Amino acid sequence: MLRKRSYFKSKGLAYFLVLPQIIITATFFYWPAIRGIVSSFMRSDPFGLKSTFIWFDNYINLFKDPLYLKSIGITLMFSGSVALLSISCGLFLASMANRALRFTALTRTLLIWPYAVAPAISGILWLFLLHPSYGVVAIWLNRVFGLNWNPLLSSRDAMLMVVLASSWKNISYNFVFFLAGLQAIPKSLIEAAAMDGASPFRRFWSITFPLLSPTMFFVTVMTIIFSFFESFGVIHAVTQGGPGGSTNILVYKVYQDGFIGLNLGSSSAQSVVLMLLIVFITILQFKFVERKVQYTG
Amino acid sequence: MSFKRISLILTLVFVFSFIESAFAKPIEIHWWHAMRGSRGEVVQKIVDDFNKSQSDYKVIATYKGEYDEVLNAAIAAVRAGKQPHIIQVFEVGTQTMMMSGMVYPVYKLMDDYGYKIDWSRYLQPVLSYYVNEDNKLMSMPFNSSTPVMYYNVDMFKKAGIGRLSKEKPITWDELGEITEKIAKLGVKGGLVTAWQSWTQVENYSAIHDLPFATKANGYEGLDVQLTINNDKVVNHIARLKKWMDDGNRFFYGGQKYQGPKSEFIAQNAGVYIDSISAIAKLQSSVKDFEWDIAPLPVESWMAEPQNSIIGGASLWVFNGKKKNEYKGVAAFLKYLANTDVQILWHKETGYFPITLDAYEKLKSEGYYEKYPYQEVGIKQLTRRNPTKSSRGIRLGYFVQIRNIINEELELVWNGKKTAKEALDSAVERSNIKLSEFAKTYK
Repeated sequence: MLRKRSYFKSKGLAYFLVLPQIIITATFFYWPAIRGIVSSFMRSDPFGLKSTFIWFDNYINLFKDPLYLKSIGITLMFSGSVALLSISCGLFLASMANRALRFTALTRTLLIWPYAVAPAISGILWLFLLHPSYGVVAIWLNRVFGLNWNPLLSSRDAMLMVVLASSWKNISYNFVFFLAGLQAIPKSLIEAAAMDGASPFRRFWSITFPLLSPTMFFVTVMTIIFSFFESFGVIHAVTQGGPGGSTNILVYKVYQDGFIGLNLGSSSAQSVVLMLLIVFITILQFKFVERKVQYTG
Repeated sequence: MSFKRISLILTLVFVFSFIESAFAKPIEIHWWHAMRGSRGEVVQKIVDDFNKSQSDYKVIATYKGEYDEVLNAAIAAVRAGKQPHIIQVFEVGTQTMMMSGMVYPVYKLMDDYGYKIDWSRYLQPVLSYYVNEDNKLMSMPFNSSTPVMYYNVDMFKKAGIGRLSKEKPITWDELGEITEKIAKLGVKGGLVTAWQSWTQVENYSAIHDLPFATKANGYEGLDVQLTINNDKVVNHIARLKKWMDDGNRFFYGGQKYQGPKSEFIAQNAGVYIDSISAIAKLQSSVKDFEWDIAPLPVESWMAEPQNSIIGGASLWVFNGKKKNEYKGVAAFLKYLANTDVQILWHKETGYFPITLDAYEKLKSEGYYEKYPYQEVGIKQLTRRNPTKSSRGIRLGYFVQIRNIINEELELVWNGKKTAKEALDSAVERSNIKLSEFAKTYK
């Protein structure tokens, strides 16, 4: 039986030891969050010299703005597409890499690489591929297939471009987790099923997939959070919310109104709404999706 | 400790303190700007020359990112009580700075430190953008530009069109014929424009003496409303959309400048509307065709077109610094307006020389005979005295308003809205922002 090796005579020392962590968390997470909530109830000038408390005006104005509601819709669609694309591709690549016999290490490294690329850089990279004026792929698409690819004007093309750029990065992240998850599945189970004559698809669906569900759940939650927040760099580099606001996801709108437009009250209110939204989505996932997850291996 | 030792130490202390005072460090003056690339190099050269010209002050110029990032950095610095002395703010941030209560007005700074400046020797359309209600200069104009029309001379020749006048603007109808001919050559499109809100709405309104907003475009008060959904602007936007649908005579290359400029350089467009500061880039990267500049087109009903309005940025001085530092700031601002500095700035970047002395010297040197296209912007800007509608635009949350206009125009280009619907909605959305801004300063 394990016995506790160390114990504290007084609680004081324990609190003292966790104090640095608490201070850091409080200064860099709680304090700004509280400031954000406070300023969402204020109307203030950019330099912060004059502030008036205006109750819920910032929030009321937000929800009166049809474009804000549209932006929520765009965000949900965007993160849904990113999640779907990057999870399915990540899972596919991971199951392929799990079976690869030769150059395993090399294949895996190459597949993990994109995650190391900063979002802004990856955005620029996709821009150089897909910009209608100077994008290599875009020019080729237009010339060879006569496709009128134009993310500067077409909302659909622009959305496709930012979804591709964001997913590309996220595939690698998901790949790492899926690969680890796959390798944790006992080979004997699959071999036994194979001997019983189960097809590869059947083996995947009935054995691998359920055993992978904890990973799947984790990856889904992370991807959705990622697409809500981290995709900022991609949007900023690629479309800047355009055309006509069709890729203006919530986090980018927070930045545009707050940092570019210097409308701090509204921007704070938007970040509070964003925070509540992500909390809500995460709770939903835990409540309804996690039930189906099997943690027993 | 022996007496000898103590005296030695005292001597050393004395000597060092003497050296210290003899080689007193110059007073540092911090300037945050948004000029990078070749413009940034010119800024650095000007600063270095100033630092070498005297030993009392040392200007330290720091690139802090794009215009909006500089302003953000400065706001954060002000909130922390560590603001720089001078900050470069783009023209749309003018109202924000004026209302900030953190500014040491330039006219006052110059008076306080004994610089008697004859402001009438400055380019008036530039100065008038940055004056307060008493016509006193609040910030020092630095890089000022205005939009002009670039065209591909070779392509024009191929289409059988001659060179355009550098003084008398062509009409939009004539441009319509030109773009039609160019589109027939089989290029991607006739006309492309950068900064669509600035060039096609703000400057279009100014040139045709149409108000952009009430209260003299915001100069006369904060309770302002946008007025860009008038028939004339609506017609103009609808015409561009018609050109777009009708044989690619106009096409959209993006909100800012990168896309449109690369289209012009790649000879995908024969006509390109952008700031005169694009000259620097065209001079360095266009090798395979000849280009030239003409003033912006006007409507045929506008017999006497107004001046265009400026863009670019000016230098604002923050308050809350020491007196001897302000002396240096004043000296530096004066230095920036020196004829030679202005000539260097103009030649290297395309931005206007802000003093008449610099302009006249360039003229007498025959510079404009050699580079006539450099003069188009100045002539367009100074061709008539500014009216209430062509003096400039001064709005709160102007950055957001420009974003709104850009968004709505994009919805016209991609066919989701008509010109009228888009401009109505731009006005409605902007007015909400404007009233929010007015409430902030009540």
